Amino acid sequence: MRLSRAEYKEIVRCTEHLRPTRQCMKMLRERFPHHSQSTLLSIFSLEYQKRIKRTNSRHHTPDVIESHYQRYLSEAKARPTAPVLLELANEVDLSPALMARIILDRFLQDLEGGVSSKTVLNNMLKEPSLIPDQTLANNIYQCTINDCCYGPLVDCIKHAIGQEHEVLLRDKLRERNLSFLDENQLRAMGYDKTPDIILEVPVAVEGHIVHWIESKASFGDDHSHRTYLNEQFWSYWNRFGPGLVIYWYGFIGELDCQRDRGILLKDCFPTDIVTLCHGAHQD
Amino acid sequence: MAALLESLLLKKVDVNKALDWLRNPCLSLQQKGDTLSLSEPKVTVQKQEFVPFLLNFLREQSSQALTNGPATPAKTPSRPRPPTQSQGFFTERRGCRSAGGGAGSRRGRGGHHNEETGRWEGGGRRSGRGGGGYNKMSEQVSPPTVSQLNFNNLEDFPPVGSSPISPATAKPSRRINPTPVSAERPHSKPKTCFTSTPFSKPSSPPVGAEALGGSLITGSPLKNLVPNIFLELFFVMQLLTSWSPPTSEKEESLLIAHLDKCTLRLLAENERVALFSPALRERLTQAQDTSTAKLSPSVSTFIHSVPFQPATDNRSNFSSDKAFHTFKKQRDIFYEALREWEDFHKEPGWNFEAVLGNRIRAMVSQLNSAGNHSHFARLFLKQLVQMCKGPRVNSSPGDTPDADLLGMLGADSLGRLKRLEERLIQPHGIVGPCPPPSFPGHQEFFRDFLQIASCCQLNQHLKDSLCQQLLQLDEVSILSPAAAIGEGEKQRFASVLLLARLLAKFLGFIAFMPYQTSERPSREIQEAAVALRSKSAPVLDVCAVLSSCVRRRRTVLTVPWLVEFLSMLDFTGPLLLCYRTALGTLGMLLGRCGEMCNLNKVLMVAVLGWLFQIPVIPEDMFFISDFTEVAHLEDGSTSSQGLDSIPLVDQQLLYTCCPFLGEFRKLLAAFVSGSTAKSGGIIRKITPTSAEIRDTPTANRSQQKLQVDLEQAFFHNQPPSLRRTVEFVAERVGSNCVKHMKATLVSELVERGEKMLRDGLELPKSSPPKLNDSICAQLCDAGMEALARCHVTSVCLCISLQVLTTSENITKRLATEKACSWLSANITALIKREWKSRFDRVMRALASPVSPVLGDVEGVGDELATQEQPVTPKRKQECQKVTTCPADCRHTAPLPSDILIEIKVILKLGFYYLS
Repeated sequence: MRLSRAEYKEIVRCTEHLRPTRQCMKMLRERFPHHSQSTLLSIFSLEYQKRIKRTNSRHHTPDVIESHYQRYLSEAKARPTAPVLLELANEVDLSPALMARIILDRFLQDLEGGVSSKTVLNNMLKEPSLIPDQTLANNIYQCTINDCCYGPLVDCIKHAIGQEHEVLLRDKLRERNLSFLDENQLRAMGYDKTPDIILEVPVAVEGHIVHWIESKASFGDDHSHRTYLNEQFWSYWNRFGPGLVIYWYGFIGELDCQRDRGILLKDCFPTDIVTLCHGAHQD
Repeated sequence: MAALLESLLLKKVDVNKALDWLRNPCLSLQQKGDTLSLSEPKVTVQKQEFVPFLLNFLREQSSQALTNGPATPAKTPSRPRPPTQSQGFFTERRGCRSAGGGAGSRRGRGGHHNEETGRWEGGGRRSGRGGGGYNKMSEQVSPPTVSQLNFNNLEDFPPVGSSPISPATAKPSRRINPTPVSAERPHSKPKTCFTSTPFSKPSSPPVGAEALGGSLITGSPLKNLVPNIFLELFFVMQLLTSWSPPTSEKEESLLIAHLDKCTLRLLAENERVALFSPALRERLTQAQDTSTAKLSPSVSTFIHSVPFQPATDNRSNFSSDKAFHTFKKQRDIFYEALREWEDFHKEPGWNFEAVLGNRIRAMVSQLNSAGNHSHFARLFLKQLVQMCKGPRVNSSPGDTPDADLLGMLGADSLGRLKRLEERLIQPHGIVGPCPPPSFPGHQEFFRDFLQIASCCQLNQHLKDSLCQQLLQLDEVSILSPAAAIGEGEKQRFASVLLLARLLAKFLGFIAFMPYQTSERPSREIQEAAVALRSKSAPVLDVCAVLSSCVRRRRTVLTVPWLVEFLSMLDFTGPLLLCYRTALGTLGMLLGRCGEMCNLNKVLMVAVLGWLFQIPVIPEDMFFISDFTEVAHLEDGSTSSQGLDSIPLVDQQLLYTCCPFLGEFRKLLAAFVSGSTAKSGGIIRKITPTSAEIRDTPTANRSQQKLQVDLEQAFFHNQPPSLRRTVEFVAERVGSNCVKHMKATLVSELVERGEKMLRDGLELPKSSPPKLNDSICAQLCDAGMEALARCHVTSVCLCISLQVLTTSENITKRLATEKACSWLSANITALIKREWKSRFDRVMRALASPVSPVLGDVEGVGDELATQEQPVTPKRKQECQKVTTCPADCRHTAPLPSDILIEIKVILKLGFYYLS
């Protein structure tokens, strides 16, 4: 779904005070009934991540960590079965999964008397039963399953969505009988930058030559598009020429301004595809 | 000399005799030595001195009348120029270096226009500003006084257009009220004479000057005697458009007949030409019909990057992982800089150094630490060629016509629009026939990049590569054996020539960069520099290249690129023996391109003339060279089958290489717009494009263009060998097809013609010539028709399907065999090498504390967060197994993400349920 910047801004304004909960998502849907649900979710998710990034650092100073940890310890002692960590996260407006990580990290420091390894930490977040403290394990678990933007489960879902859209793209290309190399083949050939798809025979989409296609299962907002341009899209252009980016969950229409420069944005698999036609087609 | 000139003017010496003397070295050598003896008074004049003397005289005499276009520089024969003369001229090239940036240099021609004029003011005459040239003249013998000449009568000779206004300052003019500029002409009556003076027969200038001047316009006689014939031609046209045309009726081979159609038309329609010499006008009109120049810019609509080719660019081409990844970043930074330059460099206040300087230097310093110079040099040069090789030199996004527009209009209409635009926006953008060397369009980026990077290692790699490519191009065979010269050869030649010129200019730029100074050094400093520099080898052995091309009669290819190389010389460079010799030889060549065919000759004359007019090249180089010396170079000629005698240059190429030739058209057009608006106007209407009916509908045309673009794009990411192979096969099959058609269609038609002839002859009152004509016409029509009917299938007919399949199969078999035989011999070595690198990597990974290999074992979860991060091939392949469906899959299974979301919900509910 292609949104104008004004529409996008209105949605963003509405997400400003929402929490990553089901109820909040429902509110958003009701507020914008004509927009696709996945677009709204994706915009919210991006905005929430921005918000967390802005505030995250203030939860990472040693004294704040210590204060969170002490609060957790005392609350958990008082109400061992209550979801105290989740409540704490909501109270200080921090993502529950990130709160879980901070507290677990702090817990492990005491346990081993040193800096815990990241691998151990990650594994415990994914599998709370590995945590030696039963109450903490419960709290961590509550946090990770109640966060719809962060945490191992969400990562897993996001990854699956990304993969699904790549599969979808490949299927569409096969349907159109377009021959291509995918990321894995390119990597095997030693390419230093690899879009999801390189077309072996280029096509024209809406009159623009397309050599490569990148699939993005997210909404294209200013921030993410700028980052993608710098880290990926221009790099692809620098190596393979003009190409196409599909933001499956839509994008801000005004960002599609580099068509003549060789980067075309779409929110779906294009329909207007012109291929090289030879022989019989010409006469 | 003055005496000789006076004798000429007073008709004491026959003009034709003087011309003969000037033009025929052998004659005069045999008869009187290199001097001309005059009966009365007894004087002896050196020929080389006379020509510049005459030219200066003409300029001096006409200085007050000339108001149109920039001044043409005067000649300074046989004497070194005073050092001050060239100051401030080369800001395009030098000024920016001293400024460390070059940001200001971008304003195109307009930017240095003033400098240019300034230089010319110093060097010669300039209208309305007093006797700049006179001082010079007085150093020599004073010419006769002006009193007898009637050139000053400006009322009879209305001025043209406006005086040289720098395009930078000139506002787009609507041509509603063409205002003659009076400030520049203190002697003229302002304004009124411009629009109201009817054309009147001019009083005749002295016949001697007229004849000599006029022979300039006809070209060949004097061509060998002056360094830049086009400069003189421009000067004559200035005269022509200001006052009486000093045209002579002598018309030998018309040099100007090779100019573009538009110029010829303007010249032919010039009332004064007609008045002076109807015969010349006739010839000009005829020449229009043969003129083939299409000046519409050929537009390349999309600029590509340099494709990543695994064969040269993947990891195995780098010494280390670090070098590989560093280069990855460098490529991106390079393009980032290029894009930024494209977007902003035309904005006021934008400064290359300030904006990009540090980024580029940081990148270059990484080159040094990673040892990636050769890779970057290749990228740099390929991108340079990609962007700057084409004839369209000024294609920055602002200039490039909109691709959609192009698709809608097609190139023809676009050319028309361009002309219209030209006429509307820059009616007075006349810079003269000798613009200084410049870096138009994207070339400027590459030049500034090199200056800012200022990296000697990179420059060395670039020089190596440029030299190698240039010498390869110079040797390249243009002609396909035993084939007539067709468009293919011409195109190939043009492409090689343009590429070589571009590379040569950059080679020269890099090679002489360390020696550039903003001002000409003093004599002493130059001598010391010569002594020092003569000890080290020059970057390119120009003399060897030059003598080789003369010997093999390939000067039409080599000289134009050598000229580009030499145009980049610093002030001291021309004094070095190697370049002095080369310049001398070029001077001689300029005097001796008689055996070349016409447009080849014009190209040579134009580029060489331009070179000898560049400030760094001392003019005496030309005037002291002895034209008789070149003969011995050609004596040893080994092959008669060179390029010089083959018509390879066409007008498109000529104007691409020498855009300054377009100045004639501008000058004449300015004259027309100024002088004839009153008399009804000769201005041709430029038919509005929209009013035109095309045989192909717009959609169809843009589709065609898209197909062409797609074809180009296809080759872009393929290895270059594929394109070469395709071109080769196409060439062979096409040629076979022609043979086939000759054997079938043509012979069939000829048979039919014979029958028609025999039948016809039997009729009473038959006339064989008439029959011949009519049958021939019928056959040709039939042939065209047949061709139109079967043009696609005919190619297929030539190769039967079986032949096609068989050759395809043989190709496959041969390829397989080759691969197999190589593999069977080398497979062990290959495996060993690949295994070693993998083994090393694994061992290294195991040695480091946090190992990605171990990470693998820990399961899927770890990569979830890293969707966009590089993943090792092994891991990705595992994913691949998962994501590829079996062949008969109908994709009816629910999406994994949906299942995961459901699981999450259930987990959540379950947790509350349990607790």
